[in-house]
Amino acid sequence: MHQNSGMTLIVKTVTRISVWMILLYGIYIIFHGHLSPGGGFAGGVIIALAFLNVMLAYGRKFTSDWLNISFLHDVEAASATLFLVIGILGLSIGGAFLANFMTKGELFALISSGTILPLNIVIGIKVGMSLFLVVWVLAGSKAVKGE
Amino acid sequence: MPVEYWLIFILIVMIIASIAALEMEDILSSIVAIGVVGLGVSLSFLFLQAPDLAIVQFLFEIFAVIILVRAFLKKDYHKEKPSTINKVLAGITVITLAAIFIFSISVFELLPPFGEPLMTTSQYYLDNGAKDTGAVNLVSSIILDYRAYDTLGEVTVLFTAILGAFTILRIKSKSKKDNSELSHASK
Repeated sequence: MHQNSGMTLIVKTVTRISVWMILLYGIYIIFHGHLSPGGGFAGGVIIALAFLNVMLAYGRKFTSDWLNISFLHDVEAASATLFLVIGILGLSIGGAFLANFMTKGELFALISSGTILPLNIVIGIKVGMSLFLVVWVLAGSKAVKGE
Repeated sequence: MPVEYWLIFILIVMIIASIAALEMEDILSSIVAIGVVGLGVSLSFLFLQAPDLAIVQFLFEIFAVIILVRAFLKKDYHKEKPSTINKVLAGITVITLAAIFIFSISVFELLPPFGEPLMTTSQYYLDNGAKDTGAVNLVSSIILDYRAYDTLGEVTVLFTAILGAFTILRIKSKSKKDNSELSHASK
Protein backbone atom coordinates (compact mmCIF):
# COMPACT_ATOMS: atom_id res chain seq x y z
CA MET A 1 0.00 0.00 0.00
CA HIS A 2 2.80 2.37 0.89
CA GLN A 3 5.12 1.06 -1.79
CA ASN A 4 4.77 4.09 -4.00
CA SER A 5 4.85 6.85 -1.39
CA GLY A 6 8.08 8.36 -0.11
CA MET A 7 11.51 7.91 -1.61
CA THR A 8 13.29 4.94 -3.23
CA LEU A 9 13.97 1.53 -1.68
CA ILE A 10 17.60 2.39 -0.91
CA VAL A 11 16.62 5.42 1.16
CA LYS A 12 13.93 3.42 2.96
CA THR A 13 16.28 0.58 3.89
CA VAL A 14 18.99 2.91 5.14
CA THR A 15 16.41 4.92 7.10
CA ARG A 16 15.00 1.76 8.71
CA ILE A 17 18.43 1.03 10.23
CA SER A 18 19.70 4.52 10.91
CA VAL A 19 16.62 6.02 12.57
CA TRP A 20 17.06 3.94 15.72
CA MET A 21 20.73 4.96 15.99
CA ILE A 22 19.79 8.65 15.60
CA LEU A 23 17.13 8.25 18.30
CA LEU A 24 19.64 6.53 20.59
CA TYR A 25 22.16 9.32 20.03
CA GLY A 26 19.52 11.92 20.90
CA ILE A 27 18.65 10.08 24.10
CA TYR A 28 22.36 9.86 24.96
CA ILE A 29 22.79 13.61 24.43
CA ILE A 30 19.79 14.34 26.66
CA PHE A 31 20.90 12.03 29.49
CA HIS A 32 24.49 13.32 29.48
CA GLY A 33 23.50 16.99 29.33
CA HIS A 34 25.03 17.71 32.74
CA LEU A 35 28.29 15.87 31.96
CA SER A 36 29.16 16.74 28.37
CA PRO A 37 28.19 19.39 25.80
CA GLY A 38 24.65 19.08 24.56
CA GLY A 39 21.66 18.88 26.83
CA GLY A 40 17.90 18.80 26.49
CA PHE A 41 17.57 21.26 23.63
CA ALA A 42 20.17 19.69 21.33
CA GLY A 43 18.98 16.14 22.09
CA GLY A 44 15.40 17.15 21.43
CA VAL A 45 16.33 18.53 18.02
CA ILE A 46 18.11 15.23 17.19
CA ILE A 47 14.96 13.27 18.12
CA ALA A 48 12.80 15.59 15.99
CA LEU A 49 15.21 15.07 13.08
CA ALA A 50 14.91 11.28 13.46
CA PHE A 51 11.11 11.47 13.16
CA LEU A 52 11.49 13.94 10.30
CA ASN A 53 13.79 11.43 8.58
CA VAL A 54 11.03 8.81 8.66
CA MET A 55 8.53 11.34 7.34
CA LEU A 56 10.77 12.30 4.42
CA ALA A 57 11.71 8.73 3.51
CA TYR A 58 8.35 6.96 3.89
CA GLY A 59 5.83 9.75 3.28
CA ARG A 60 3.10 11.28 5.41
CA LYS A 61 0.63 8.41 5.21
CA PHE A 62 2.98 5.82 6.68
CA THR A 63 4.11 8.20 9.43
CA SER A 64 0.58 9.05 10.51
CA ASP A 65 -0.12 5.30 10.78
CA TRP A 66 3.11 4.65 12.69
CA LEU A 67 2.89 7.59 15.09
CA ASN A 68 -0.24 8.79 16.84
CA ILE A 69 -0.02 12.50 16.08
CA SER A 70 -2.63 13.63 18.59
CA PHE A 71 -0.86 11.57 21.26
CA LEU A 72 2.40 13.36 20.41
CA HIS A 73 0.56 16.64 20.91
CA ASP A 74 -0.60 15.44 24.34
CA VAL A 75 2.95 14.40 25.28
CA GLU A 76 4.25 17.80 24.20
CA ALA A 77 1.73 19.65 26.35
CA ALA A 78 2.29 17.28 29.29
CA SER A 79 6.05 17.81 29.26
CA ALA A 80 5.56 21.59 29.47
CA THR A 81 3.35 20.97 32.50
CA LEU A 82 5.92 18.60 34.04
CA PHE A 83 8.49 21.40 34.00
CA LEU A 84 6.12 23.49 36.13
CA VAL A 85 5.42 20.50 38.41
CA ILE A 86 9.16 20.12 39.09
CA GLY A 87 9.33 23.84 39.79
CA ILE A 88 6.47 23.71 42.28
CA LEU A 89 7.99 20.60 43.92
CA GLY A 90 11.12 22.72 44.41
CA LEU A 91 8.93 25.40 46.02
CA SER A 92 7.36 22.95 48.48
CA ILE A 93 10.52 20.94 49.31
CA GLY A 94 13.46 23.25 48.67
CA GLY A 95 11.85 26.55 49.62
CA ALA A 96 12.11 28.39 46.29
CA PHE A 97 10.52 27.95 42.87
CA LEU A 98 12.68 25.60 40.74
CA ALA A 99 15.04 25.04 43.70
CA ASN A 100 17.45 22.12 43.35
CA PHE A 101 15.87 19.87 45.97
CA MET A 102 17.22 16.44 44.97
CA THR A 103 20.55 14.95 46.05
CA LYS A 104 23.60 16.52 44.40
CA GLY A 105 25.37 13.17 44.10
CA GLU A 106 28.95 12.70 43.05
CA LEU A 107 30.68 14.76 40.36
CA PHE A 108 31.05 13.01 36.96
CA ALA A 109 28.41 10.40 37.87
CA LEU A 110 25.30 9.94 35.74
CA ILE A 111 22.96 10.29 38.72
CA SER A 112 24.11 13.64 40.01
CA SER A 113 23.26 17.34 39.88
CA GLY A 114 19.75 16.97 41.37
CA THR A 115 16.91 18.38 39.28
CA ILE A 116 19.06 19.18 36.24
CA LEU A 117 18.73 15.66 34.81
CA PRO A 118 14.88 15.47 35.04
CA LEU A 119 14.58 19.01 33.66
CA ASN A 120 16.87 18.03 30.77
CA ILE A 121 14.69 15.00 29.99
CA VAL A 122 11.50 17.09 30.10
CA ILE A 123 12.97 19.76 27.81
CA GLY A 124 14.27 17.10 25.41
CA ILE A 125 10.80 15.54 25.03
CA LYS A 126 9.21 18.98 24.71
CA VAL A 127 11.59 20.26 22.03
CA GLY A 128 11.57 17.01 20.05
CA MET A 129 7.79 16.75 19.87
CA SER A 130 7.32 20.48 19.22
CA LEU A 131 9.72 20.75 16.30
CA PHE A 132 8.42 17.56 14.67
CA LEU A 133 4.82 18.76 15.01
CA VAL A 134 5.70 22.14 13.50
CA VAL A 135 7.17 20.48 10.42
CA TRP A 136 4.21 18.09 10.28
CA VAL A 137 1.67 20.91 10.33
CA LEU A 138 3.57 23.06 7.83
CA ALA A 139 4.02 20.16 5.38
CA GLY A 140 0.34 19.25 5.79
CA SER A 141 -0.89 22.71 4.96
CA LYS A 142 1.31 22.67 1.88
CA ALA A 143 -0.28 19.43 0.66
CA VAL A 144 -3.78 20.85 1.12
CA LYS A 145 -2.83 24.01 -0.74
CA GLY A 146 -1.40 22.10 -3.69
CA GLU A 147 -4.70 20.39 -4.48
CA MET B 1 47.55 28.66 13.51
CA PRO B 2 45.91 30.93 16.09
CA VAL B 3 42.15 31.04 16.50
CA GLU B 4 41.80 34.54 15.06
CA TYR B 5 43.06 33.50 11.62
CA TRP B 6 40.61 30.60 11.48
CA LEU B 7 37.79 32.98 12.47
CA ILE B 8 38.76 35.47 9.75
CA PHE B 9 38.87 32.64 7.20
CA ILE B 10 35.40 31.41 8.24
CA LEU B 11 34.07 34.98 8.13
CA ILE B 12 35.31 35.44 4.55
CA VAL B 13 33.68 32.14 3.51
CA MET B 14 30.41 33.25 5.15
CA ILE B 15 30.45 36.62 3.39
CA ILE B 16 31.07 34.95 0.02
CA ALA B 17 28.27 32.45 0.69
CA SER B 18 25.79 35.16 1.66
CA ILE B 19 26.61 37.18 -1.47
CA ALA B 20 26.12 33.97 -3.49
CA ALA B 21 22.78 33.38 -1.76
CA LEU B 22 21.61 36.84 -2.72
CA GLU B 23 22.87 36.74 -6.28
CA MET B 24 21.89 33.23 -7.40
CA GLU B 25 18.75 32.97 -9.46
CA ASP B 26 17.90 29.38 -8.52
CA ILE B 27 16.14 29.28 -5.14
CA LEU B 28 17.40 25.78 -4.21
CA SER B 29 21.01 26.87 -4.81
CA SER B 30 20.58 29.91 -2.62
CA ILE B 31 19.08 27.72 0.15
CA VAL B 32 22.27 25.63 0.02
CA ALA B 33 24.36 28.83 0.20
CA ILE B 34 22.42 29.93 3.30
CA GLY B 35 23.22 26.51 4.78
CA VAL B 36 26.93 27.25 4.24
CA VAL B 37 26.53 30.51 6.21
CA GLY B 38 24.94 28.64 9.12
CA LEU B 39 27.68 26.01 9.03
CA GLY B 40 30.24 28.83 9.28
CA VAL B 41 28.50 30.19 12.39
CA SER B 42 28.56 26.71 13.93
CA LEU B 43 32.27 26.25 13.13
CA SER B 44 33.17 29.62 14.61
CA PHE B 45 31.34 28.70 17.83
CA LEU B 46 33.44 25.54 17.88
CA PHE B 47 36.64 27.56 17.48
CA LEU B 48 35.55 29.92 20.27
CA GLN B 49 35.25 26.84 22.54
CA ALA B 50 31.47 26.85 22.89
CA PRO B 51 30.55 23.27 21.89
CA ASP B 52 27.03 23.48 23.34
CA LEU B 53 26.14 26.39 21.08
CA ALA B 54 27.91 24.78 18.14
CA ILE B 55 25.83 21.58 18.43
CA VAL B 56 22.54 23.47 18.67
CA GLN B 57 23.45 25.80 15.80
CA PHE B 58 24.52 22.89 13.59
CA LEU B 59 21.33 20.90 14.24
CA PHE B 60 19.10 23.91 13.69
CA GLU B 61 20.88 24.63 10.44
CA ILE B 62 20.04 21.11 9.22
CA PHE B 63 16.47 21.61 10.41
CA ALA B 64 16.04 24.95 8.64
CA VAL B 65 17.55 23.68 5.38
CA ILE B 66 15.24 20.63 5.42
CA ILE B 67 12.18 22.84 5.97
CA LEU B 68 13.21 25.27 3.21
CA VAL B 69 13.98 22.50 0.71
CA ARG B 70 10.72 20.75 1.57
CA ALA B 71 8.82 24.00 1.04
CA PHE B 72 10.41 24.80 -2.33
CA LEU B 73 10.95 21.31 -3.76
CA LYS B 74 7.60 20.89 -5.46
CA LYS B 75 7.17 24.48 -6.59
CA ASP B 76 7.21 24.94 -10.34
CA TYR B 77 9.20 28.15 -10.16
CA HIS B 78 12.77 27.59 -9.07
CA LYS B 79 13.92 30.61 -11.00
CA GLU B 80 13.37 34.08 -9.66
CA LYS B 81 13.72 37.25 -11.63
CA PRO B 82 16.59 39.38 -10.29
CA SER B 83 15.25 42.44 -8.52
CA THR B 84 15.96 45.83 -10.02
CA ILE B 85 17.80 48.12 -7.59
CA ASN B 86 17.96 51.86 -7.40
CA LYS B 87 21.71 52.42 -7.83
CA VAL B 88 21.78 55.83 -6.11
CA LEU B 89 20.04 54.49 -2.98
CA ALA B 90 22.29 51.42 -2.92
CA GLY B 91 25.38 53.63 -3.15
CA ILE B 92 24.16 55.86 -0.29
CA THR B 93 23.50 52.77 1.84
CA VAL B 94 26.97 51.35 1.20
CA ILE B 95 28.66 54.69 2.01
CA THR B 96 26.63 55.08 5.24
CA LEU B 97 27.44 51.54 6.39
CA ALA B 98 31.14 52.03 5.61
CA ALA B 99 31.15 55.29 7.61
CA ILE B 100 29.47 53.61 10.58
CA PHE B 101 32.03 50.81 10.43
CA ILE B 102 35.01 53.18 10.31
CA PHE B 103 33.71 55.28 13.22
CA SER B 104 32.99 52.19 15.34
CA ILE B 105 36.53 50.77 15.12
CA SER B 106 37.46 52.70 18.27
CA VAL B 107 34.48 51.07 20.03
CA PHE B 108 35.79 47.61 19.20
CA GLU B 109 39.12 48.51 20.79
CA LEU B 110 37.31 49.14 24.08
CA LEU B 111 36.10 45.53 24.25
CA PRO B 112 37.92 43.32 26.77
CA PRO B 113 40.35 40.79 25.28
CA PHE B 114 39.18 37.26 24.53
CA GLY B 115 38.87 35.06 27.64
CA GLU B 116 38.78 37.92 30.15
CA PRO B 117 35.15 38.75 30.94
CA LEU B 118 34.23 42.06 32.54
CA MET B 119 31.58 40.68 34.87
CA THR B 120 32.41 39.05 38.19
CA THR B 121 29.20 36.97 38.01
CA SER B 122 30.71 34.60 35.46
CA GLN B 123 33.77 34.19 37.67
CA TYR B 124 31.46 33.15 40.52
CA TYR B 125 29.87 30.54 38.25
CA LEU B 126 33.28 29.22 37.24
CA ASP B 127 34.44 28.96 40.85
CA ASN B 128 31.34 27.53 42.53
CA GLY B 129 29.25 26.02 39.72
CA ALA B 130 30.30 22.40 40.10
CA LYS B 131 30.14 22.54 43.89
CA ASP B 132 26.74 24.24 44.06
CA THR B 133 24.85 22.18 41.51
CA GLY B 134 26.77 18.93 41.11
CA ALA B 135 26.78 19.31 37.32
CA VAL B 136 30.12 19.14 35.52
CA ASN B 137 28.83 20.96 32.43
CA LEU B 138 28.68 24.60 33.53
CA VAL B 139 26.39 25.68 30.69
CA SER B 140 23.86 23.10 31.80
CA SER B 141 24.13 24.16 35.45
CA ILE B 142 23.55 27.81 34.53
CA ILE B 143 20.55 27.32 32.23
CA LEU B 144 18.82 24.71 34.42
CA ASP B 145 19.80 25.72 37.94
CA TYR B 146 21.02 29.30 38.35
CA ARG B 147 18.72 30.67 35.64
CA ALA B 148 15.96 28.10 35.41
CA TYR B 149 13.32 30.86 35.19
CA ASP B 150 14.86 31.78 31.86
CA THR B 151 14.43 28.21 30.62
CA LEU B 152 10.84 28.19 31.88
CA GLY B 153 10.15 31.24 29.74
CA GLU B 154 11.80 29.55 26.77
CA VAL B 155 9.62 26.45 27.16
CA THR B 156 6.54 28.68 27.43
CA VAL B 157 7.47 30.54 24.24
CA LEU B 158 7.92 27.26 22.38
CA PHE B 159 4.59 25.91 23.70
CA THR B 160 2.72 29.07 22.70
CA ALA B 161 4.29 29.12 19.24
CA ILE B 162 3.28 25.53 18.53
CA LEU B 163 -0.21 26.17 19.88
CA GLY B 164 -0.58 29.18 17.58
CA ALA B 165 0.74 27.33 14.52
CA PHE B 166 -1.59 24.40 15.15
CA THR B 167 -4.61 26.63 15.67
CA ILE B 168 -4.12 28.79 12.58
CA LEU B 169 -3.21 25.96 10.19
CA ARG B 170 -5.98 23.71 11.48
CA ILE B 171 -8.60 26.41 10.95
CA LYS B 172 -7.34 26.88 7.40
CA SER B 173 -7.52 23.20 6.44
CA LYS B 174 -10.85 22.74 8.21
CA SER B 175 -12.47 25.64 6.36
CA LYS B 176 -11.10 24.27 3.09
CA LYS B 177 -12.65 20.88 3.88
CA ASP B 178 -15.98 22.52 4.72
CA ASN B 179 -15.96 24.34 1.42
CA SER B 180 -15.32 21.15 -0.54
CA GLU B 181 -18.11 19.38 1.36
CA LEU B 182 -20.47 22.24 0.64
CA SER B 183 -19.64 22.18 -3.04
CA HIS B 184 -20.23 18.40 -3.06
CA ALA B 185 -23.60 18.90 -1.39
CA SER B 186 -24.64 21.59 -3.82
CA LYS B 187 -23.76 19.33 -6.71
